[in-house]
Amino acid sequence: MLAMTGVCAFVAVSVLFLILGYLVYHGGTSINWNFFTKLPTPVGETGGGMANAIVGSGKLLLLATLIGVPIGFFGAIYLAEFSGATTAFVVRYAADLLNGVPSIVIGIFAFILVVHPFKHFSTLAGGFALGLMMIPITLRSTEEFLRGVPNALREAAMALGASKWKTIASVIVPAAYRGILTAILLAFARVAGETAPLLFTALGNRFWSPGWNQPTAALPEMIYRYAISPYDDWNRQAWAAGLVLLVLILVINIVARAILSRGIAVPRS
Amino acid sequence: MKRITGLLLVVLAFAGVLWADSALSITGAGATFPYPMYSKWFDEYHKKNANLEINYQSIGSGGGIRQVTEGTVDFGATDGPMNDEQIKAYQDKHGFAILHFPTVLGADVPTYNIPGVDVELSFTQEAIAGIFLGTITKWNDPAITGSNKGVSLPANDIVVVHRSEGSGTTYIWTDYLSKISDEWKTKVGKGASVNWPVGLGGKGNEGVTGTVKNTPNSIGYVELIYAIQNKMPYGRVKNSSGAFVKADLASVTAAAAAAVKNMPDDFRVSITDAPGKTAYPISSFTWLLVPAKFSDANKRDAIKGFVKWMLADGQNYTEALSYAKLPKEVVAKELKAIDKIQ
Amino acid sequence: MGTTTTTVPSAGPLAGSRSFLSRLRQGDEIARMITFLFAASVVLVTVLLVFELWQGSDLSRHKFGFNFFRTSVWDPIFGQFGALPFIYGTLITAAVSLLIAVPLGIGAAIFLAELAPARVSDTLEFFIDLLAAVPSVIYGVLGIFIVVPLMRQYIQPALKHSLGFLPLFQGPAYGVGFLTAGVVLAIMVIPYIISVSREVLLSVPRDQREAALSLGATRWESTWKVVVPFARAGIFGSIFLALARALGETMAVTMVIGNTPTISASLFSPGYSIAAVIANEFTEAVGDLHTESLIELALVLFILTFILNGVARLLIVATSQRGSGMGNV
Repeated sequence: MLAMTGVCAFVAVSVLFLILGYLVYHGGTSINWNFFTKLPTPVGETGGGMANAIVGSGKLLLLATLIGVPIGFFGAIYLAEFSGATTAFVVRYAADLLNGVPSIVIGIFAFILVVHPFKHFSTLAGGFALGLMMIPITLRSTEEFLRGVPNALREAAMALGASKWKTIASVIVPAAYRGILTAILLAFARVAGETAPLLFTALGNRFWSPGWNQPTAALPEMIYRYAISPYDDWNRQAWAAGLVLLVLILVINIVARAILSRGIAVPRS
Repeated sequence: MKRITGLLLVVLAFAGVLWADSALSITGAGATFPYPMYSKWFDEYHKKNANLEINYQSIGSGGGIRQVTEGTVDFGATDGPMNDEQIKAYQDKHGFAILHFPTVLGADVPTYNIPGVDVELSFTQEAIAGIFLGTITKWNDPAITGSNKGVSLPANDIVVVHRSEGSGTTYIWTDYLSKISDEWKTKVGKGASVNWPVGLGGKGNEGVTGTVKNTPNSIGYVELIYAIQNKMPYGRVKNSSGAFVKADLASVTAAAAAAVKNMPDDFRVSITDAPGKTAYPISSFTWLLVPAKFSDANKRDAIKGFVKWMLADGQNYTEALSYAKLPKEVVAKELKAIDKIQ
Repeated sequence: MGTTTTTVPSAGPLAGSRSFLSRLRQGDEIARMITFLFAASVVLVTVLLVFELWQGSDLSRHKFGFNFFRTSVWDPIFGQFGALPFIYGTLITAAVSLLIAVPLGIGAAIFLAELAPARVSDTLEFFIDLLAAVPSVIYGVLGIFIVVPLMRQYIQPALKHSLGFLPLFQGPAYGVGFLTAGVVLAIMVIPYIISVSREVLLSVPRDQREAALSLGATRWESTWKVVVPFARAGIFGSIFLALARALGETMAVTMVIGNTPTISASLFSPGYSIAAVIANEFTEAVGDLHTESLIELALVLFILTFILNGVARLLIVATSQRGSGMGNV
């Protein structure tokens, strides 16, 4: 019986290696310089790339971070340092609720809130949708790490006459800095691969997307489009993009955990 | 460290805003039927006009109609013309009309993937209707073998593939089926999105082609170029004169011939099951949906410029992708209609 | 947090120790208000989301009422919208995925929590957490190119051959369909079951195991009959979490389910799920009724995942409190 459980664990882990293996095999052979530098070519022609999707994803994620991280971060500070029990419960509950919303529903929400009024599919709408998804992860993790800072530090700062916000800014946050960074990175990695919310917000673009108010291509969306198509060249590009995306996400995850496992640094001043 | 990151972010944000002024970006969305043609056109046009990017997203004709009505895209594209209700809805919502501009002629072909069969099959009207109604379930059904003597068709179950979203290609296909089969007309009807009796759903012409390509014993309907580009076999269809015709430039042009003489002013016309011995029965125009009024003069001029180019030089690119050119009379009529765009 | 003029700290070490004005001058009150705004915005956004979903489905809710959940016809031309095929598809694929993922997942979690040496357990857990980070669209790509052909060429015919007398395994083997979607979903939710179950198992107090062993139980008996039941609530919690994830999955499902609104006893049949139909039809739902029906579907999905997530959390919290509590049950 016990051996069976070992088999289960083995099966679960080997799936990961299978995924990586296939992606590396199929994707590795299709990654070339064109992929990173060229725009998509007309349908049926070969030689195109995903340069605009890579930049597009970058812009979307930048916007998502700018929206999601401040809300999550400052909200967490409120929860950990200022709020009473009831408010904290309500905010946490809302965050958990938001976290559990399927990403396609977030896409609908972003469509109603951003695309419809502005009459534009846009990077803004896509970034907003992704930012919403980053909020709960950032909020909950940051709050936990802030709470994890020992009260002794707070009391010491108070004893030295520091005001509350000063304590937070120069003592507590730096003490929890590693954990907070980890939370942000993990939230980032989570939304980097999201496709569904982008379908009705960023829409897609065959060209470079100027500014923030136009539709934009993004890696996950291109992967989806190219994978379901019949063109061999597109299928290959889908593998390549999948590999790039997965490597990016895994690297971020590994880095995040490495940062965390080195422990919470206590600043010396 | 934090200050530098902050500064970097601000710089990037500004860069993004400034970048916004460098190119005029126009967004269109709609049919996947002409997507290979449009992607080529917009690419070529961008080469000639580096400051203009026309970003076309193939989300299906249904999507084109919806998004242009919503106003979230600058123009739409569809192979199933908007019906009177939809046109009225647009007019009511915006206060001005939506105009149809035919761009090319194309064809829906029945493409299939039958292991061991790579010849051209011939489909009668009963065969096609029966397959898509689900009444004909096996490849060696007499309705199919009857018109394909000499081809050994296996006794396998037919896997029907259709579109999963609102599609002009579906509109053309169901328009044809409604004309040749009363059962289809009453049971399913014609439209961009129907209640399919059987089959799997693929997204876009690309999705259907991909699914047929990967699924043995399957049959789907796609625009001609998709079957050609992916080297997939597609069948001949029996036309109204009784001849089995294969879709190509000549047969599609022939299908439009009769309609050209009586082309309505709004260009909405159906040419499925057209008369003529050489006409391919499942042909169609495909249209750009352009608003009659633009608040942004730059966009208006850009789109008018593109349509003019499309009707002239653009037509020279069509045949390489197996789309037939627009008949001269239609081109002339359209050039006059461009002036309606304000 | 009101103002107080005493200098005796009440709640925390800092609460109420200074007057309002003094706090304001020191910038604390501003900091409090600013951070409160951010926290409040989270609540605001969530409330707005629910409101928009409710408002946006107004037309279809009033037109169809509860019949929405009983009709299975989805016909945009005739304006008939019934949610049954999508609900069916969503539930069936989730059920299949759990049937596969739960035994495998719990087995793996038991191995990692009870049997594996700490370093092995941590390393494997690390890899499993990475599995959870793989985006849905990549699972979809793997589904299309690997799982679907495998299903169509080997697994479905084999099942048909051996178990074809069951209505579950009848019909042509398309490759895509409920079964394939269930398998892909299983791969996606296993990491959640494993990591949460492993944590709750690890939180079972040591004395439970020791007590069982000292009474003469074997290692397996101690694990299966004492530790696992103790953590039972948390394990159920992990299952609900996995279920919630499976219900909301969009991309991987739409790439392998066949995208046809069908209700069929056979797992080989192509089908549709709520998330998949929204993804495919939302941008082009022509007419308000169609759009609002899709938004109503989104509302249904939201409520389902909301309930499941809530229950899951309660169960997990209950187990960890039990474990870290007094230790006597």
